[in-house]
Amino acid sequence: MLRLPPFEYHAPRSVEQAVNLYAQHGADAMFVAGGTDLYPNMKRRQFEPKVLIGLGALDEWRGIVKHNDNGVTIRAGTTLAQVADSSILQTQYPALAIAAELVSTPQLRAMGTLGGNLCLDTRCNYYDQEFSWRQALGFCMKKDGVICMVAPGSSRCWAVSSTDCAPVVIALDGRVRLVSPRGERVIAATDLYRDDGIEYLGKTRDELLTEIILPPADETKSIYLKLRRRDSFDFPILGVAAALRFASNGEIEHARIVLGGVGSRPLECTEAARILVGQKLSREAIDAAAEAAWKPARPLDNTDSTHGYRKKMARVYVARALEALGEK
Amino acid sequence: MKQVLHLRVNGQAHELYIEPHKTLLEALREELDLTGTKHGCELGECGACTVLVDGTPILACLALPIELQGREITTVEGLAQGAELHPLQRAFAELNAAQCGYCTAGMMLSAKALLDREKNPTREQIRDALAGNLCRCTGYEKILDAVARAAQETGDEGNK
Repeated sequence: MLRLPPFEYHAPRSVEQAVNLYAQHGADAMFVAGGTDLYPNMKRRQFEPKVLIGLGALDEWRGIVKHNDNGVTIRAGTTLAQVADSSILQTQYPALAIAAELVSTPQLRAMGTLGGNLCLDTRCNYYDQEFSWRQALGFCMKKDGVICMVAPGSSRCWAVSSTDCAPVVIALDGRVRLVSPRGERVIAATDLYRDDGIEYLGKTRDELLTEIILPPADETKSIYLKLRRRDSFDFPILGVAAALRFASNGEIEHARIVLGGVGSRPLECTEAARILVGQKLSREAIDAAAEAAWKPARPLDNTDSTHGYRKKMARVYVARALEALGEK
Repeated sequence: MKQVLHLRVNGQAHELYIEPHKTLLEALREELDLTGTKHGCELGECGACTVLVDGTPILACLALPIELQGREITTVEGLAQGAELHPLQRAFAELNAAQCGYCTAGMMLSAKALLDREKNPTREQIRDALAGNLCRCTGYEKILDAVARAAQETGDEGNK
């Protein structure tokens, strides 16, 4: 049986206790919410924390709160199943409910949390393997080694951002609240990510992600499409989140298109969005935006399927996402 | 370091003396001798170790007993009432929905959670509910048939 490495377990009752525990143990400790990402990684010895700070018993850790201005706050410990089933999210931020519903399987959506999905470890065919497999190959730089197996000449790690929800939260202009013993700060969701397979989060390790804050949806329409081999199980090999706000004359006022699964961080298609703003969602506008969106996508040969196919599908899926928004 | 934990499994209270890094799967199989819950991939990818926690299917290979104290855990051993099989067990047996049988316990628990909330599930709802349980033998059709048969049976019993 694949077993977890030993650790000391703490179950703080408040965010303050949780971040203070981290400060006490430092680099030996890790936070864990649903455990669906961390525990498999620990079984494969990708992480061996001596101390785990379990967040499940935190007060006010789950729930979706509507603001007076019609924005919402989603607490980080809200399960993916709760996000998928939320009627507020389904009606106002459908892309997020769809993305959560498309994460993994019913069992894992009942365990895994939105905060956990946003902090999902980057993935790679050479990294997400058992210890003996990685050892036999000589280890990669993300864990225990010095080179990148996908791009051996590279000085950086190219592991892939594989969260379904991050592209959506970025496309919806979301922000996240980070708390540490030094205080708290709210940053744009896009700034939660860095283009590096190892240091992929734009937060320090002692900062705990506690809330996801979405601005009022107003007239914004949103959607998320996901490409993967098995529709009931897999991580995305491509995700497309698109959010468009239309003016009363039908012109697009605001657009964000964000790709997942094509790099070490979610990839924002700024050129595609620029093309759409001020236009009506015509066939020509959709094709021009899709053409602009796929160019910066540079998937490498380190996930399921071929990278050439995944790049081509970026254009197809962006077009499909925009077409679907036009029909809504 | 080992510590005392309290778990409720199939309506029975248990006191365990185990280390906090033992998973629920290890506790069930190795401490409580409830070997009906199977270990497959042990990485959250197959669903063989599915159990119910307060009626919701979760994976025992990725759950820690230390986090489940005070919750109601149901395993395949908790389905039958004495000698009386659960309608799902009867349907799986009668329709040959199990071949090697390794996925069966997990399948039945995912299905039980569905039947407990949905008396007349559609084929699509059954497929969705079992989406996290892999079977490498049957091609799934007989499993879906068995769940539909059990739903019909429990629905009929409810109408009596």
